[in-house]
Amino acid sequence: MPSDPVSAKIVVSGGFGVGKTTFVGALSEITPLTTEAALTEVSRGVDDTSAVAAKSTTTVAFDFGRVTLDGNIVLYLFGTPGQERFTFLWDDLVDGTLGAVVLVDTRRIGDAYPALDYFESAGIPLAVGLNEFPDGERYALEEVREALGVAAGVPLVPCDARDRTAVKRVVLALLDLVIDGA
Amino acid sequence: MNDDPDPILRPFIVTGGRTHPVDQRLRVETLVSAAPAALAAPLGFERRRIVELCRLPVSVAEIARGVGVPVGVARVLVADLLAERLVTIHASVTDTPNVTRELLERIRDGVRAL
Ligand SMILES: Nc1nc2c(ncn2[C@@H]2O[C@H](COP(=O)(O)OP(=O)(O)O)[C@@H](O)[C@H]2O)c(=O)[nH]1
Ligand SMILES: [Mg+2]
Repeated sequence: MPSDPVSAKIVVSGGFGVGKTTFVGALSEITPLTTEAALTEVSRGVDDTSAVAAKSTTTVAFDFGRVTLDGNIVLYLFGTPGQERFTFLWDDLVDGTLGAVVLVDTRRIGDAYPALDYFESAGIPLAVGLNEFPDGERYALEEVREALGVAAGVPLVPCDARDRTAVKRVVLALLDLVIDGA
Repeated sequence: MNDDPDPILRPFIVTGGRTHPVDQRLRVETLVSAAPAALAAPLGFERRRIVELCRLPVSVAEIARGVGVPVGVARVLVADLLAERLVTIHASVTDTPNVTRELLERIRDGVRAL
């Protein structure tokens, strides 16, 4: 690398099967890699959980991709499951994040609620990617916004996670938001 | 009765049971580089592997994946190497005062150009 490298990160969440891994892979220069977080990370900041940690060996998988920009900036995309029981992982992943993308499948809008709640209440810049599946009904964007209950300032971008251009559009909407807030 | 005599959370066996890194700065995306001296240092298996992975800057997440351990385990191991000056870490965009508008715009322009 020509000069001292700098890392950046975006977190991608949403319900099971909504397209998170596909989304990460569409932008990544590497095939998305899966790694694990051990459950002890739950116990961070809590006083006496060693007994709990000792009994539990549960790990949760998340995947990530990497894009090298402009020679020395390395942007990571972290795809994380959207169920409420994974908030411990989000606590870890959001530290230092530029922002978050939440993917929504209009057939299962409710799957996006835990992640939306989490990122909104944490004050993390947020963009919503609306993945359109062939058998899903088409809704007007404003209908979806209302169903999701997201603020008017949150970009809502139609997306196909398999399409790099569409994925870029969602990420750019998020980055524009981050820049406007800077 | 406790029929599990091992009090250590299994993935953390390689850290001697330690689940907390000695350095708190390591995030999943933190880039880590091996110090030149590290390549010749006598190191155990996981630590050797980490140093080899970090010949070019790679993130803690990539290290975890490369060594085959959960991220929390990689953090403990990398923090040890950092304390021993066998690796160095690089800044993240959001580490103040790095987070300038200019840098954010470079990221956006970089994504746009992909
Ligand atoms: N039609 C359509 N299919 C998608 C889209 N995103 C993902 N898929 C497909 O949905 C399936 C699940 O995607 P995946 O990325 O594994 O979901 P994850 O569980 O959120 O990581 C895969 O077969 C994808 O090819 C999309 O935007 N549109
Ligand atoms: Mg997935």
